[in-house]
Amino acid sequence: MTVETILFYVFGTLAVVSALGMVLNIRNTVASAMNLVVTMVSLAAIYLLLEAYLVAVIQIMVYGGAIVVLFLFVVMLLNLSTDEFPPGKQRVVKLAVAIACVAILTQVVIALDRDPLLAAQPGAVPEGFGGYRQVGLSLYTDYVLLVEMASLLLLAAIVGALILAKRKID
Amino acid sequence: MVPLNHVIALSAILFTIGVIGVATRRNLIVMLMSIELMLNAANLAFVGFNRIWSQVEGTPTIDGQIFVLMVITVAAAEVAVGLGILLSMFRNRDSVNVEEVNLLKW
Repeated sequence: MTVETILFYVFGTLAVVSALGMVLNIRNTVASAMNLVVTMVSLAAIYLLLEAYLVAVIQIMVYGGAIVVLFLFVVMLLNLSTDEFPPGKQRVVKLAVAIACVAILTQVVIALDRDPLLAAQPGAVPEGFGGYRQVGLSLYTDYVLLVEMASLLLLAAIVGALILAKRKID
Repeated sequence: MVPLNHVIALSAILFTIGVIGVATRRNLIVMLMSIELMLNAANLAFVGFNRIWSQVEGTPTIDGQIFVLMVITVAAAEVAVGLGILLSMFRNRDSVNVEEVNLLKW
């Protein structure tokens, strides 16, 4: 067992525990958002272990920096620090959904253990793999249309968010 | 060297936690956070597969990580619009409980 594998298990456990803390915390929405930060940062550490350096940095900047701050901003703007809704009518259905999810997950994990393709050990990566140079070159040559489409999507999102958050359209 | 099947198993576990969050919670903010968690699980699978097939017949490939960047863009756009919807819902209903929004429910 190498250092990388041990670090993967440490950060993977941290991600799963904080994700559970986010979903199961029914008292405090701010604590849920804080648990989300821990999940995102541990996922960024796992991306580093998988040699996706640029993606790891962007993960911390966009998720840890922008998205969670937006969530916290809305939670505090609406003063939702406590979150206590009475139990719903469809509680049994939801519990069944949760149990079905766990059962399917168990099947998936068992199947993964037996697939020889997925059990393959990763080899060495090429020089500069996952760095800004390789990702940037690929992004602005092969995938330049994708970048343009992403910019259009972001523009649409900005306009949509403005219209939705506006009190009254003039 | 992290084995691929462990990465995919972690991704599946995180996705399941996200599904459970969307199915069981009724706070719209936590539901949006669970959707983010599911998108991140998919990203983890992309990065893991890209790590295994980091070169195809000698040519380095980075397509999985490009796709992750696009998913992050979509997630940012989705959060902006989702929180806009949440704000206007709170303004109309004074609550973020999704069961109170049942105008189109029959």
